This record gives sequence, C-alpha cells and structure tokens, in this order.
Amino acid sequence: MGEFGQALMNAATLIVSFDGDFLGIVGLSLRVSLSAVLIACIIGFPLGALLALSRFPGRGAAVAVLNALMGLPPVVVGLIVFLLLSRAGPFGVLGLLFTPTAMIIAQTILVTPIIAALTRQTVTDLWAEYGEQLRSLGATRADTIATLLWDGRFSLTTIVLAGFGRAIAEVGAVMIVGGNIDNVTRVMTTAIALETSKGDLEMALGLGIVLLVLALAVNGVSQAIAAGASRASQQAVRA
Amino acid sequence: MTAPSTILPLEVTDLVYEIDGKRLLHDISFRLSIGSRTVLLGPNGAGKSLTLRLCHGLLTPTMGAIRWGSQISDGKMSGEPAGALARAQRHQAMVFQRPVLLRRSARGNVEHALKLRRVARAQRRARADLALAQTGLAALGDQPARTLSGGEQQRLALARAWATSPQVLFLDEPTANLDPAATRAVETLIDGFHAAGTKIVMTTHDLGQAQRIADEILFLHNGRLLEQTPADQFFTAPQTRAAQAFIKGELLW
Repeated sequence: MGEFGQALMNAATLIVSFDGDFLGIVGLSLRVSLSAVLIACIIGFPLGALLALSRFPGRGAAVAVLNALMGLPPVVVGLIVFLLLSRAGPFGVLGLLFTPTAMIIAQTILVTPIIAALTRQTVTDLWAEYGEQLRSLGATRADTIATLLWDGRFSLTTIVLAGFGRAIAEVGAVMIVGGNIDNVTRVMTTAIALETSKGDLEMALGLGIVLLVLALAVNGVSQAIAAGASRASQQAVRA
Repeated sequence: MTAPSTILPLEVTDLVYEIDGKRLLHDISFRLSIGSRTVLLGPNGAGKSLTLRLCHGLLTPTMGAIRWGSQISDGKMSGEPAGALARAQRHQAMVFQRPVLLRRSARGNVEHALKLRRVARAQRRARADLALAQTGLAALGDQPARTLSGGEQQRLALARAWATSPQVLFLDEPTANLDPAATRAVETLIDGFHAAGTKIVMTTHDLGQAQRIADEILFLHNGRLLEQTPADQFFTAPQTRAAQAFIKGELLW
C-alpha cells in the first residue's frame, strides 16, 4: 500500500508547508459551506419551528415533502441552480454562475431542508413537554418559537453540524455551479475529483485525508456538545 | 380596555368536556369567590385536573360557560371571542404536578416568565430575585434549574408563578411527587400566597393535605361535581355517600 503511505506524506506536507494553493482550497471550502449553513439556519430554524407548532390542512404532506428533501441529490440541485443562473436563465443577468456565491446558493438549497426537518422534530418533542406551561404563561407564537429554539440549543448544534457535514462533503452541486476553476471556485471535493481524473492519486488521497480529518473534527465537536448537553439537562435524583 | 381590578368571581356554568365523543365532565357548575382557598378533591380520574385546565383556559369547553368577573367566555356553542378569557388569563398562574423548567438558570426561568408577561427588562432581575428569596431559593439563582432537587424545582415553579403577581393561582397536585419535607415547604408557600391575597385553587387526592389547606371543598367523582361545601362541614358531615366513602378511605370505583 505504497500509495497510502505516499498519500499520508502528501497530506502531511500539504498541511505543514502552508502551501498557498492548498490553503486557498481549504479556505474556500470552509467559506462556502459555513456561509451556506449560516443562511440555511436563518431560514431553517424558524421554518422548522413554525411547522412544528402550526396546524393547517396539508401540514402532514408538507412535513413529508420536507423530510424527503433531506435526500436531495446534489447534482440535481446543481443542475437546477445552473439553469437558473446561466446566461439564458431567469437570474442570468446577475452573472453569478461559476462564482463562490453560486456555490453558496446551491449548498444552501441542499442544507436548508436538513436543518428545517430536524428542527421541526426537535421543537415538536419540546412542545410536548413545554406546551401547557408556555400557554399558561401567556406566550405568543413568536415567544414560543424563541423559547423552544433556545431550549433546544444543544440538539440544534448537532443539527447544524449535520448540515455542515452535508455541505462540506458534497461535490456534485459545487462542481456544476462553480466549475472547479483554479483559485476561484476550486474546493476540496472538486480538487479531489480533478486530481483523481488527472491520475495524481497521491495528491487526491492527501486532500481526501484532510477532508476526512475535518469531518472527524466536526463529528467530535458534535459528540462533545451532545454529551455536555445531556449532563447539563440531567435532572437531579430526587431525595 | 383597562384591566379589571379583580377577575373574580369565577362563574362556571354547565361545563361539559368531551374527548372523541367520550364525556369526561358532566354539567359542572360552581362559583369561586375571592379570598378563600378552594380545593378540588376526589380520586384519580375524577376530572379535577381537567376542570382546573378548563378554568385556566388551557382547554376549551365542549359546552358550557366560564365567566371571569363580568367577562364571558363560552364554549363552542357561541361566537364569544377568546379575548376576554385571554385578558383574564394574564392575572392567573398555574403550577403543574411536574414542574416544567427551562434549560437555563433558576433566575433565568423566573425572568423568562416576566418577559412573557411583558415586564420591562430593567425590572425583571429585581423581581426575579425577590421571588427567589420569597421561596428560599436565593442562593440557587445561578444554578441550572434542571439540576435542582424535586422539591427545589417545585418551589422554583412557585417562585415563577409568584413573580407574575397572579390574582388566581391554580395548583395541580403540586406535591404529588414530593417527600414530606418538600411537601411541607410547598404548603407553607401556598399559605404565603393566600396571606398575600391570591386566590388559591388546588387539586389533590390527599385528604390530609386538603384538610390542612382548604377553606372550601369541591368534591368530584366520575366527572361530576358532587359537593361544594365549606371544608369543616365537608370533613365532619359529608353530604353524599361517595364523599363519605372517600373520607373513610374506601375505594370509589
């Protein structure tokens, strides 16, 4: 397995040498995915909470659709955003195709359903516990959403990380709408795809290892927070 | 529209509550006046908690009327707006069998309730600290509420209710999960509420507790109100056979 050894060396060299191109790629990956997750949270948290607390005809169908959207194929989202942003498309005049902004838009569309669907579930569970008390205190709809989102903050942190994991790892959407342009729209996943097709497997694996480490770090943070939350919210044993 | 000086008396007329066509409360009528401590007494499943929730506005009556002061709120039968009930509800608070505490500090829980009642931010801290002191929790203000003991949690629920200065305090089996010492502490706080002029409306299935607290008993059994009598009279000379059996500790099924 000389390739893996070489790949590990490559990964180490890339990280230690502070290679400008490499850091640019990692930086853009983080910038695009973090921006997408931030926007997805701003939309998804209130949307999920509202869906949890509202009763309207067709609500069950809306929940089913939202849950299904969690599995949106990135290439399909990439294609749709591509069509919308291309010169002939409705938003072509903005000139956003093959820019980081286009990549952020595509990833936002991928991540928002995950954030909204999981938030809905969290808020539904909390409402079952808090509902009567909050109504007794005279909470309005907006009060209730704010209260439940804050009290679900530990679960929501895990949800955010799940969304981030989805964004940082996907290749299909950013490839189509970004175009994998060197120094402009090249991120880790598209760089790996490129190096692999060029035959530079060590480089591809090296980048892959960095991506894996990043994903692992995200998971570790997620678990640490969940563990801390369960300790903090644990009710003391009654005397 | 100005708030009424008092939302009492509470007038409940022919109250019926059904779930899925099953009638759980049958034509309950009573009147609660200012000042006295009213205890809803009865075995499990009598409809005590349902009645309390209907009065507090957490449930909507299937039929019948709940009237606070001069304001009326009817069940589905009439088009009376829910606004009157909501206005009256601002002067009520409720403490549940299992305290529902938010994942924040003890003080944060009280401040949150004040925020929901639209108390100005500048006043919240002082009023919360006062409420915590009143319930013996001053030293625990910064502790996460959910790490408090069961008795402390229920006292915090009372502090939260106290901070909002309710005219009427509903308590649903507030000591059912507590040990004797914690129960005593909660009963002392209820006395304090009463002394401060808050109308107490409480459910319990504990005879001893009813005797310690009640000025007036509403005895419920199988979804019907069987007696509304002054407490001393209820315990010495209960009117109905069911109440006599309940006081003797005999089963009522």
